[in-house]
Amino acid sequence: MKRFLLPLAIFVVVVGFLGIGLTLNPREVPSPLVGKPAPEFALPQLHDPQQMLSLQDLRGKVWLLNFWASWCGGCKEEHPVLMQLAKNGEVPIYGMDYKDRRDEGVAWLRRWGNPYSVIAVDESGRVGINYGVYGVPETYVIDKAGVIRYKQIGPLDESILDKKIMPLVRELQQQ
Amino acid sequence: MIPEIGHFALILALCVAVVQGSLPIYGAAVGNAALMSVAKPAARGQFILVLLAFCCLGYAFAVKDFSVLYVAATSNSHLPLHYRLAAIWGAHEGSLLLWTFILTVWMVAVTFFSEHLPEAMRARILGVMGLVSLGFLLFMLTVSNPFERLIPAAADGRDLNPLLQDPGMVMHPPMLYMGYVGFSVAFAFAIAALLGGNLDAAWARWSRPWTTAAWCFLTVGIALGSGWAYYELGWGGWWFWDPVENASFMPWLAGTALMHSLAVTDKRGGFKVWTVLLAILAFSLSLVGTFLVRSGVLTSVHAFATDPKRGLFILVFLAIVIGGSLVLYAWRAPRVGLGGGFDMVSREAMLLGNNVLLVAALGSVFLGTLYPLFLDAMGLGKISVGPPYFDTVFVPLMTPAIFLMGIGPLAQWKKASLPDLARRLRWAFGASVVTALLLPFVLGKWTPLLSLGLLLASWVVTTAAVNVWERVSRLVDTSVMSALVTLPRAYWGMVVAHCGIAVFIVGVTMVKGFEVEQDLRMNVGETSTIGGYTFRFDGVQNIKGPNYTAARGMFHVSQGGHDVTDMFPEKRHYPVQNQAMTEAAIDTGLLRDLYVSLGEPLPGGAWSVRLYHKPFIDWIWGGCLIMALGGVLAMTDRRYRLAGRREESLVSDLPRPVGPEVS
Repeated sequence: MKRFLLPLAIFVVVVGFLGIGLTLNPREVPSPLVGKPAPEFALPQLHDPQQMLSLQDLRGKVWLLNFWASWCGGCKEEHPVLMQLAKNGEVPIYGMDYKDRRDEGVAWLRRWGNPYSVIAVDESGRVGINYGVYGVPETYVIDKAGVIRYKQIGPLDESILDKKIMPLVRELQQQ
Repeated sequence: MIPEIGHFALILALCVAVVQGSLPIYGAAVGNAALMSVAKPAARGQFILVLLAFCCLGYAFAVKDFSVLYVAATSNSHLPLHYRLAAIWGAHEGSLLLWTFILTVWMVAVTFFSEHLPEAMRARILGVMGLVSLGFLLFMLTVSNPFERLIPAAADGRDLNPLLQDPGMVMHPPMLYMGYVGFSVAFAFAIAALLGGNLDAAWARWSRPWTTAAWCFLTVGIALGSGWAYYELGWGGWWFWDPVENASFMPWLAGTALMHSLAVTDKRGGFKVWTVLLAILAFSLSLVGTFLVRSGVLTSVHAFATDPKRGLFILVFLAIVIGGSLVLYAWRAPRVGLGGGFDMVSREAMLLGNNVLLVAALGSVFLGTLYPLFLDAMGLGKISVGPPYFDTVFVPLMTPAIFLMGIGPLAQWKKASLPDLARRLRWAFGASVVTALLLPFVLGKWTPLLSLGLLLASWVVTTAAVNVWERVSRLVDTSVMSALVTLPRAYWGMVVAHCGIAVFIVGVTMVKGFEVEQDLRMNVGETSTIGGYTFRFDGVQNIKGPNYTAARGMFHVSQGGHDVTDMFPEKRHYPVQNQAMTEAAIDTGLLRDLYVSLGEPLPGGAWSVRLYHKPFIDWIWGGCLIMALGGVLAMTDRRYRLAGRREESLVSDLPRPVGPEVS
């Protein structure tokens, strides 16, 4: 009898999750890394593999770190927002091309536009692990001392940018 | 007035569904013939009523009745008539009406092709389908009524999503739904058999053509959707592992497993419990797919209107239908005896192996699709699981499945001999390995995946050839031609469908291995060469469509100095929804597609342009169509038609060939 109940048990669990899923806003989650120093990295750049980009290069300014990939649908969704942000130039965006092929990443940027100051390539996803990336896109706000101040999981949109990220960036830039 | 008639027809259909879902099932339980006989007229009546509602909505679209909210939201006075009619299923409410309508179509089909079924069986089947339809009608009438009025009426409509204004999109949802909903028949057969306690070979034989029919529709539906994404989204990709795509792919995997499992139940009486579970699973996944697409629990590139209240309704409905059938399964299945035993090396074992692999693949797609949701529900974050995951898990699971697919049809039922199989297949194996090793060099480059793809494709084809040859040479008295004709259609169906898989694999392998893509800036008069084809950009002109304006690029394509074709990609702008659309130009060929799509205008009259050379890409969809064709052959086999006419008397008389035979 027991093994015949197994499908039912699995189904009950799935329905439970689907039910909880209905009540959630799928965009907002805190991160344990907020308030901690950003993990070190030094990775080759996307457009020039000879050059490296490391956390040390970015000390002393407030910046955004955006994990993206050419295969990611959500990245396309948030892309116009990043382009707009890059255009007004208030805060530099550094890209992390996550588990992606270099040529596809380059082609993607050529197609849709490049909002990033510099892009590093995290081909194996190691840096993503250190940053606790669940999936792309994710965006981190990192302050002058290299501490993560905010983490956005999933695509950015205008309202998150205006209400959360930009006020925080301005405040951090004052310090 | 007409929309109110449609609304009223739905209410009447709901009443009929209540009757159809209760009396016949009760009648079958107590053995009351009068109550059982209600099922047939009720099913047909429901069909007429839903058809009426469907026509009313179509009429509202045809006459541009913008006092109907749904019409105003999904069409526009400038939208051409054929797209206005397709707009019936252009959004949520109408899709549900289409779903329900197709369910009643399947119900009517069951009433016409079930003369040979015992009365109680048919009553239960139609009763179960009536209950499913009851749920959908309730859903429409409570939270998503397509006939809701908009007062005062809108001056003009908000137009159909430009992405959907495309011939592929006109056909894709009906095909897909025919498949999804078609599994409700196999589901109803399974539930009816569980209720009646007659889970036997006859039940499997009755279910088989229905399951195959649904599977064919689903295969074509998925292929259409993939083709649509290829030419309409303008990325040149054909499968994105998007949640919405996965939602249609999961029932397909379950349905494929079900078809093969039914074969074993039919031929050998084995796998009964497993088959029933697969039948429940295939339809459940169709429902889960609807839930995922319609409730908004997952974000997707396919923009559908979503609403949590509707999500809750579907979830409750899911819990009742699937939960109820699984309870029934847990209660009834333990009493079903086991089928005949079989050896570790036998056709049953290989079909079982394939089934397990298909279900494992299904499980990994399911996990990949719902994993983001699980994490979210546990407060761990919102992610997207991308193609890297799916590609990583899918290829290793499908490789052994396709290897088994080659051997299975040659193995004997019950007990086969490995040395014998190895001897019969040595040429097929040798030829496949040689092809896999050498062909890539002939084509110009060697990579492991390319080699693997070619190995699998030629393995499928060569083993099928060996199989056909063995069967033909066994018929000693006849010539080869007449022997080929004598082989049953179900057998040819299997061979054709398996070869469809091979064609599909060739397509995927060649596209992945050899496609060339160029993103570039082109000035007027400039040329660029990819894959041996030279593209000359002859500038852009502005044109005006019925409900859009467009910049139309002109490209002249030549190969080695000879003209090949002219291509006209467009960049369209739809003013009502203020949406830009890329309309790629594609030159289709048996061995390659040329694909041009316009990017953005650049300073100085130049444009950013994307050029692709995609070898063998049409084989991907061609393979799917061949698979579906195989399904059509199989379900029109003589034995089902004979069975249809004189079931009881013929079962024992049907010739039972010995040795390797049809599955």
